[in-house]
Amino acid sequence: MTQHAQDDAPKRAQRDDKDGDLALVGKSVTINRPRSELFAFWRDFTNLPTFMHAIERIEVTGDRRSVWTIKAPGGQHVTLETELVDVVENQSIGWRSVETSQIKTEGVVRFEDAPAERGTIVTAEIAYEPPGGDVGRLFAKLFRAEPNIQARHELKRFKMLMETGEIATGANNRSNDGEH
Amino acid sequence: MRALTWHGNNDVRVDTHPDPEILNPRDAILKVTSTAICGSDLHLYDGVIPGMKSGDILGHEFMGEVVEVGPKSTLKKGQRVVVPFTISCGQCFHCQKLQFSACDNGNPVEKQDASEMLYGHAMGGAFGYSHLTGGYAGGQAEYVRVPFSDVGPIVIPHGMSDDEVLFLSDILPTGWMAAENAQIEPGDTVAVWGAGPVGLFAVQSAVLMGAEQVICIDHHPHRLELAQKFGAKVINFEETHVREALMEMTGGIGPDAVIDAVGMEAHGFVVDNVLDVIKQKIAPGADRGHALRQALLACRKGGRVSVPGVYGGMLDKWPLGAMMEKGLQIKTGQTHVQKYTHDLLRRIQEGEIDTTFLISHRLSLEDAPTGYKNFHDKQNEWTKVVLKPGGV
Repeated sequence: MTQHAQDDAPKRAQRDDKDGDLALVGKSVTINRPRSELFAFWRDFTNLPTFMHAIERIEVTGDRRSVWTIKAPGGQHVTLETELVDVVENQSIGWRSVETSQIKTEGVVRFEDAPAERGTIVTAEIAYEPPGGDVGRLFAKLFRAEPNIQARHELKRFKMLMETGEIATGANNRSNDGEH
Repeated sequence: MRALTWHGNNDVRVDTHPDPEILNPRDAILKVTSTAICGSDLHLYDGVIPGMKSGDILGHEFMGEVVEVGPKSTLKKGQRVVVPFTISCGQCFHCQKLQFSACDNGNPVEKQDASEMLYGHAMGGAFGYSHLTGGYAGGQAEYVRVPFSDVGPIVIPHGMSDDEVLFLSDILPTGWMAAENAQIEPGDTVAVWGAGPVGLFAVQSAVLMGAEQVICIDHHPHRLELAQKFGAKVINFEETHVREALMEMTGGIGPDAVIDAVGMEAHGFVVDNVLDVIKQKIAPGADRGHALRQALLACRKGGRVSVPGVYGGMLDKWPLGAMMEKGLQIKTGQTHVQKYTHDLLRRIQEGEIDTTFLISHRLSLEDAPTGYKNFHDKQNEWTKVVLKPGGV
């Protein structure tokens, strides 16, 4: 066997993108704002629903714990309890589902300086294992269909909010979501 | 409010729509006083741009009076403004580089997927130009919502008429950028395909930028006369062999720069175009590119190719060999309108650029469908239609 050079692409861009048993989703985006500002906004988990549209609300229940209420089809909701596992000031925030949670998932968001004062490269990676049972199937349906698109959308909304202070909408007026 | 809406191929109507509202902090609402039909609206009219939905309000060339502002808008009620067709945030990487039409944040996230798949990267946002660019309601209406109103709109000084400044919204900066992209040098011959509004402004701009000779190619005699008014020589492609003429008019060198101000619906009864027309009728997203192919073959060795003409999809029989072997440089793109509006407003004020010559017809908003039909069918006489929602 010939020795191959190590591929520099991140795991999430490789053809085999599984992380052990977990499915891996990840995206990066460059945001023209300082690292500390982006970190501070994300660190306050109650801000996440402003750009993660699948999440209805996040309640911080303790120093490291929070409960996420996720919208599901048919007006249903799924809740997920997470704990912070690794927080490095202005660099990264990691979280994972607590053991009693119905859904097993873990995620990390990293903030690095972009070259030549282009702002900050934000990379989010989420690994998840949809368990058996109804909730698991629902979760899989929610996030598995096109999880990469969902991750891309959420990071783009985060970028819009941080760069411009608002999230673009083509809606014509409030009674119309632009899908006329 | 009343608004001109798209319902299908060659089917536009004036319908009643809910009035727009402020949705984001930087929004403003305008009462539209003048709005033009653009040549690129005819691509929508002909159904060759994908991503249209029945009921979409068209119009990306408009101006009006500010009637409502969001808390972060810098505009004031009562101001008269012209609005760039590109919806640009002013703060992302591209806007900071003055590449406003490439703005990352103007096109709503969920609308970006289609162009990201088609082009590899998402397009920016634009008014009234399909859901690929955001599904934003356009300005051929009584009222329009303007996002990022602190960045795009340019306030018009008292004493200047709508007709003088309206084209700052698109076609004047587009013609100007087309000439800029031709990187004109002393002694240059610049050949412009298409004596439509953009081609005519490209002619005017190329003359101002110091071209030795500007040659405009079209088949509508009246439009060619307008080009002559600005000092261009003209070629009617129905009567003349274009490439041969261009060689003979440049001492056997060929034009130093070529500008394709025609785009995806080129005319001409030649084999490549006939095949393109058939393909376009079968599949939206296929482009017709006879003018561009001819321009690439006509351009001198080491010359420059500027493409303001709109293309949306794939083009085959592309003379890639001519491009490579002759060492052509190509510059193209949707116009970075906000980059040019202030300079061009000054040039209009100082009488350096004439804009009103182009307007052949002024109609009420209710007559907009007639305007579309005639601008489409009678191109020789109907050179530019301006709609006046408040009455002519």
